[in-house]
Amino acid sequence: MIDDDRTLDIREGAVRFRVLSAGRGPHLVSFHSFHERGGWSPFLDRLAARYTVHAPFHPGVQGSSGVETLDDVLDLVLAYDELFDRLGIGAAHLVGHFFGGMVAAELAATLRQRAVKLVLVSPLGLWRDDAPSQDLLILPQEDLPAVLFRDPASEVARRWAAAPQTEEETLAAQIESIQRRASMAKFVWPIPDKGLQKRLHRITAPTLVLWGDADRANPVVYAEEWQRRVKGAALLLVPGGHMVLHEAPDAAAAAVMEFLGT
Amino acid sequence: MITDARGAMKICFFHLMPYRFLPEDFENRYRSVWVDVPHHLYDPEKTRGLYHEFLDELEFAEAQGFDGLCVNEHHNNAYGLMPSPNLMAAALTRRTSRAAVIVLGNSLAAYNPPLRVAEEFAMLDLLSRGRLVAGFPVGTSMDMNFAYGIDPATLRDRYHEAHDLVIQAWTRPEVFAFNGKYTQVRYVNIWPQPLQKPHPPVWIPGGGSVETWEWTAKLDYVYCYLSYYGYKRGKATMDGFWEAIARVGADDNPYRAGFLQLVCVADTDAEAERLYFPHVHYFYQKCLNVWEGFAEAPGYRTVKTLQTGTKPQVGAQAKKIRQSLNWQKYLEQGYVIAGSPRTVREQLTDCIKSLRVGHLMVLLQIGSMPKELTLHNTALFARDVMPHVRDLWPGYKDRWWPSGVPNGA
Repeated sequence: MIDDDRTLDIREGAVRFRVLSAGRGPHLVSFHSFHERGGWSPFLDRLAARYTVHAPFHPGVQGSSGVETLDDVLDLVLAYDELFDRLGIGAAHLVGHFFGGMVAAELAATLRQRAVKLVLVSPLGLWRDDAPSQDLLILPQEDLPAVLFRDPASEVARRWAAAPQTEEETLAAQIESIQRRASMAKFVWPIPDKGLQKRLHRITAPTLVLWGDADRANPVVYAEEWQRRVKGAALLLVPGGHMVLHEAPDAAAAAVMEFLGT
Repeated sequence: MITDARGAMKICFFHLMPYRFLPEDFENRYRSVWVDVPHHLYDPEKTRGLYHEFLDELEFAEAQGFDGLCVNEHHNNAYGLMPSPNLMAAALTRRTSRAAVIVLGNSLAAYNPPLRVAEEFAMLDLLSRGRLVAGFPVGTSMDMNFAYGIDPATLRDRYHEAHDLVIQAWTRPEVFAFNGKYTQVRYVNIWPQPLQKPHPPVWIPGGGSVETWEWTAKLDYVYCYLSYYGYKRGKATMDGFWEAIARVGADDNPYRAGFLQLVCVADTDAEAERLYFPHVHYFYQKCLNVWEGFAEAPGYRTVKTLQTGTKPQVGAQAKKIRQSLNWQKYLEQGYVIAGSPRTVREQLTDCIKSLRVGHLMVLLQIGSMPKELTLHNTALFARDVMPHVRDLWPGYKDRWWPSGVPNGA
């Protein structure tokens, strides 16, 4: 269901974004997290019925490159600002999950004019000593389903966890996974608190905080923390785990569309 | 009779300084010996005299004729109670006078500013009267990324920049400004300067990453493979290093290389098993029990190295292999060279020749091995093994040995 799979360079090619796009309507940019493998999902399909959805891979992930030239979160935010120019987007709805939620929030706080409305799905970026989020970046593959999914035995969890068949494919998958996580780890290592809390008050876009009610990776106490820190943010719990967008794509997409309108 | 220390095979005594009192069921009850090993397992009373035991063992090694004494750096680690190898090296300089003091080494990226390493190594070089070998490891993922919180994506870049700063601080004649990406210092001007000129020999301990081989080869440093899995498994890595040496067009002088081997010597092969097996087993089953999640932070190894398909030395896969090990297998696979002096001599000769190493490091205190047994192992090795492997590289000159070591050591 992807209409377009292209690469766009900024900074004379020092950073290259691979962007998947589909749909018609107002622009919506979706930012992925550590364990999003394909870059596209049934959730985004549903959104594409009403919006022009763009799903960039973060630099360093699957065809996007140049993460080694980005030193910190501000660098990453500015790279996305330049990508918006290349996409011909002035402002867009921003949707992000976990690490992607952090990126979306940083964008909305730093470059307010870029964000029409903001949807943060179990976002990363705040830290509480009394409720640390799981160290998802390093959890071994076999331990992940129980943390990521409400029901690790569900079909969606089993499909996600399915191992490649051949040795070659296994090595390639391992390298892809390591590169993907390493590229995002750079901006949140070793503790995902890089000062975002000081910037959250700057967010002016109407904001929805969406959370799986059985999220074991990013405890629900953070949902309240986000709602408290982002002025006027709405909070919605949806039945599901940390991978709620995969576990409940219909419910999640319906909630997002209702919030965004057209 | 060897009269010139620079022309004979170097045999060095390596100490990890392990905690010897982990509980019997440690590897089943606790997920990791490193990073989050609970410190309620650490008994200060039992360790009251431990550093002195370790230092006694190192000093004894010098007295027995070892060429060098090696210490290294680990953090949050129950098998390496040596977060600061420089402290141990400093202690050694006072009661030794002939052996090289080999610090393998200081993990450059962990020091802020890295000039601290240039300063402390300069002090050690002076304290030892020019017997220092300066080791610069990248540091393991457990130490650097987890215990010290350094981001894996920039670790190597930080390391290279820190290396450049330290070498410049030792060699540039003027006060200079260093405008690095990670370290900015307006006035670089370390006092004291090292005794050895242009600077102490540099050895790079590595774990087998492709880039390290090439970098070490280009800079004409010694590459040390600190493996716990013996010379048979170490062959592929050392071959890779020698290929990198050939690619940069350098000679094949065996003194470019170092290798760490676990060794146990007894009067007979059977006696070796009886004396050493529990301690070797403690080492492999407890000391190398590292949780898979800590074995390698994402981005610690480069894609180029990952593509070679090699696995980390620790973690789930390594544990699976280790669990099935018994004495016979430790020996067959070459993890440990153990037995009568004759057995050890033969295998060690094979090790040295097949890996082409001029600097052999031996681990003679292994796991839970107490002092008395360590001294026994050390004395037997020195008397019945060492003299027989000294002359394996005639005709090669060791250009990487500290100049302050007295000739004929």
